[in-house]
Amino acid sequence: MPNKVPITVSVNGRSHTAEVEPRTLLVHFLRETLNLTGTKVGCDTSQCGACVVRMNGVTVKSCTAFAVQADGAEVTTIEGVAQNGNLSAVQEAFWNNHGLQCGFCTAGMIMSVTEIIERNPNPSADEVRAGLEGNMCRCTGYNNIVKAALAAAAAQQGG
Amino acid sequence: MTTRIFGSGIRRREDPRLITGQASYTDDIKLTGMVHAAILRSPHAHARITSINTDAAKGASGVLAVYTGADIEGVLNPIPCAWAIPDSDLKAVAYPAIASDIVRYVGDAVAVVVAENRYQAEDALELIEVDYQPLPATINPERALDDGAPQLHEDAPNNQAFHWVAAGGDTDAAFADAAVTVSETIHQQKLIPNPMETRSAIASWSPAMGELTIWNTTQNPHIARFVTCLVTGIGEHKIRVIAPEVGGGFGAKIAVYPWEMIAAFCSMQLGVPVKWTETRSENYIATTHGRDHVEYVEMAANADGKVTAVRSVVYAGMGAYLSTAAPGIPTILHGLMYSGPYDIANIKADVYGVFTNSTPVEAYRGAGRPEATFLLERLMDKVGEAVGIDAVEVRRRNLIEPFDNNRDVAIGITYDSGNYSAALDQLLGHIGYDQFRHDQTHEREHGTFRGIGIACYCEICGLGPSQVAGAVGFGGGLWESATVRIYATGKVNVFIGTSPHGQGEETTFAQIVADEIGVDVDDVEVIHGDTDTTPMGWGTYGSRTTVVGGAAVALTMRKLRDKARVIAAHLLEADEADIEYADGQFFVRGAPDSAQSIQDIALQANVAWNLPEGIEPGMEASTYYDPPNFSYPFGAHAAIVSIDPDNGHITLDRYVAVDDCGPQINPMIVEGQVHGGVVQGAGQALWEGAVYDDNGQLLTGTMMDYAIPRAHLVPDIEVHSTVTPSPHNPLGVKGIGETGTIASTAAIYSAVMDALKPIGVTSLDMPLTPEKVWRAIQESGYTGNGHGHSHGNGHGHDHGHGHNH
Repeated sequence: MPNKVPITVSVNGRSHTAEVEPRTLLVHFLRETLNLTGTKVGCDTSQCGACVVRMNGVTVKSCTAFAVQADGAEVTTIEGVAQNGNLSAVQEAFWNNHGLQCGFCTAGMIMSVTEIIERNPNPSADEVRAGLEGNMCRCTGYNNIVKAALAAAAAQQGG
Repeated sequence: MTTRIFGSGIRRREDPRLITGQASYTDDIKLTGMVHAAILRSPHAHARITSINTDAAKGASGVLAVYTGADIEGVLNPIPCAWAIPDSDLKAVAYPAIASDIVRYVGDAVAVVVAENRYQAEDALELIEVDYQPLPATINPERALDDGAPQLHEDAPNNQAFHWVAAGGDTDAAFADAAVTVSETIHQQKLIPNPMETRSAIASWSPAMGELTIWNTTQNPHIARFVTCLVTGIGEHKIRVIAPEVGGGFGAKIAVYPWEMIAAFCSMQLGVPVKWTETRSENYIATTHGRDHVEYVEMAANADGKVTAVRSVVYAGMGAYLSTAAPGIPTILHGLMYSGPYDIANIKADVYGVFTNSTPVEAYRGAGRPEATFLLERLMDKVGEAVGIDAVEVRRRNLIEPFDNNRDVAIGITYDSGNYSAALDQLLGHIGYDQFRHDQTHEREHGTFRGIGIACYCEICGLGPSQVAGAVGFGGGLWESATVRIYATGKVNVFIGTSPHGQGEETTFAQIVADEIGVDVDDVEVIHGDTDTTPMGWGTYGSRTTVVGGAAVALTMRKLRDKARVIAAHLLEADEADIEYADGQFFVRGAPDSAQSIQDIALQANVAWNLPEGIEPGMEASTYYDPPNFSYPFGAHAAIVSIDPDNGHITLDRYVAVDDCGPQINPMIVEGQVHGGVVQGAGQALWEGAVYDDNGQLLTGTMMDYAIPRAHLVPDIEVHSTVTPSPHNPLGVKGIGETGTIASTAAIYSAVMDALKPIGVTSLDMPLTPEKVWRAIQESGYTGNGHGHSHGNGHGHDHGHGHNH
């Protein structure tokens, strides 16, 4: 058996300590060890973005990070986006604007859009599209994802 | 006053679980004692297995078992094909779940490892030693028929899977008499569907009960149960198939695959639940592909552009085996649609299904109809050019005149209703066609490459009448069912046989229910995707869920309303004929103030303290709805593209869709279906294609190599509609799930050819990658503004690096 390594990771505000194989991917640690299955695995080449989470505030593809790299980090997954049962502005906007169909890319899309509008609170449609270069969706043609992102940005500006 | 929620773009009722990460897809499910399977797949497209040694793998850490083809022999029957096209000499070749002697495509299963966790299972795959004797492979569906081509199956000489001909009128005579004939060779490239969720299954066998449960990423759990019964020999009543949240399908989750049968076999051997989940790389070779036609097509017309005939010879690649519904796609769903929206008196489709050493082909969004639309629109453009009339005008001269109830077409099917020119008219207004043509003339003088493409379409949907399904060899029915239960509290459960996976019927079906019986849409919950809890149905594909399944729901609600009316008459001590209904209230005509609400009546029906004589307790009804005809959605789409001649890069500037799916239950969902479909079709025109080398190795085997449309590559899609109800559907609806894909490939391709017209490029193979377009521009002799074929203004000699007009 490969040697296991102890790690401590804060996920959605809760600290977890576990022993993992060095090769364990962060996405598998989240899904298999912590049972946080909202983060999806859509590919194995770091292309699709279904596995995007935020680590220390920055989006990462959790299929391309090892769990050991998250040692000491603060990770936010889709399960941690809504606060006290209140949807985030981005979640609300995805719902209001039909920004999802099958829902499989949605967790990654919401994490990426959240970062896009944090960095650029008033993005253009083209800027949103450029920002989503690393997130694939096969259902929506991206139309309503972009619409949702712009609506979320507008809502946050208004708020 | 009656309020209707039918037609309202309310936000989806399935979304809260999806936007919070609380939905459970198959791979999200964990069962007590569950172990993990990984499948060893052939690296050769065609080879003989000379030996397999699994000893080292069996001894690896965490490994519980390794099975090969020898282990399943006599236990698992071959995977059956469910669509045996009649009169086609179809060869139902055996598709073993695990190959034991010959592998026939890269991806064929050779062995399976079961281990305590997935990492261990995948580690152990590498310890299995397989000796292969490679055999020559054949990939091109036309060449595979040649004498001397490598042979896949002893039972299928010349690799011919079937040969099907459909005809109406006298095509030969029409061509002989034609003033104009045009022809084209079309490669409908092989496509890889790529739903964002790969395939996955968990099989759980209960030895004590002799029961098998499979959680399965499927579009049709009831068909999956049916086929699982045929493969495993377990009684259908002892098999439960659950399609939990399913992350997109696009046809790739119709087939019943060997892989879930392997998981079932492993669970039955080991007595514990077994999970198998595809990696994406595995998905590229092991999950079905789409299209893969080589087509020789021709059209005949009068001198004024009136089309008199269309005919084809199509070589349709089936891949190495016949997938569940594969033979029906290039035949019934393709050849029968050669009229499209046009009045064409003479039609002939001549289709060869051909085995090749590649991943099996199955339905892929549109399935046969995008191919039919593409060839019609290509040929229509060419007829227009041949007789010297505009692309719009040639279509106008051929569109079927408006009709509201039944129109026979030459190939022998009957369209339900259509107003094709209305859709085209609306499209031209939205896209500003005349203005574009005016501007284009000017732009071409300045060497700008911009083009517009139009595609009109009509598609066969709402599959379909079961009698027809039987007549065309489909191994099942195509009806749908619904059971609706109204509880004592007035809340409603709707149990459906179809299995939506992103299309939003948890919302639209609730809207139907709310309208039919006057309850709040939030008081309705739609249950689907579990053969133990839902009534029989044939699944979600072919734009049939709302058309057929929605009709079953609506008719069930009408039965419940009739029952409620009888109870209301009893409670109001009135004659049933005097009871009126509006907005969930039943009352004696003229006395709406003393009404019984549907909730009042549901309570009475459920407690049964005071029911009229002969009325059974409970408020539940079911409907098995077999549609009298297919539905025929239609529309017209337009694309505008611009091309950078320096690098061949195509930009999709605008896309406008006008679709007619009949009345729209939820316009927001309709628009979403069009958006996604259009972009998927754009993928075929511009970027996507499975590329194999001569040895049958898939060169586009990851998301890095296979170009799925991304957000920055596409514009907002402009969506409009006309409304022509289907006369035979209780809701008038026609279906919308595939329209985008059916039209957009043709429209975008046509726009690119229009842009390249000034330099004489008239045909290129899809996908229209920058390299292909750049080479075509180079070969045309175009040397930049003012040179070659363009009518330049005299400057622009410099066409070098960095030059930009």
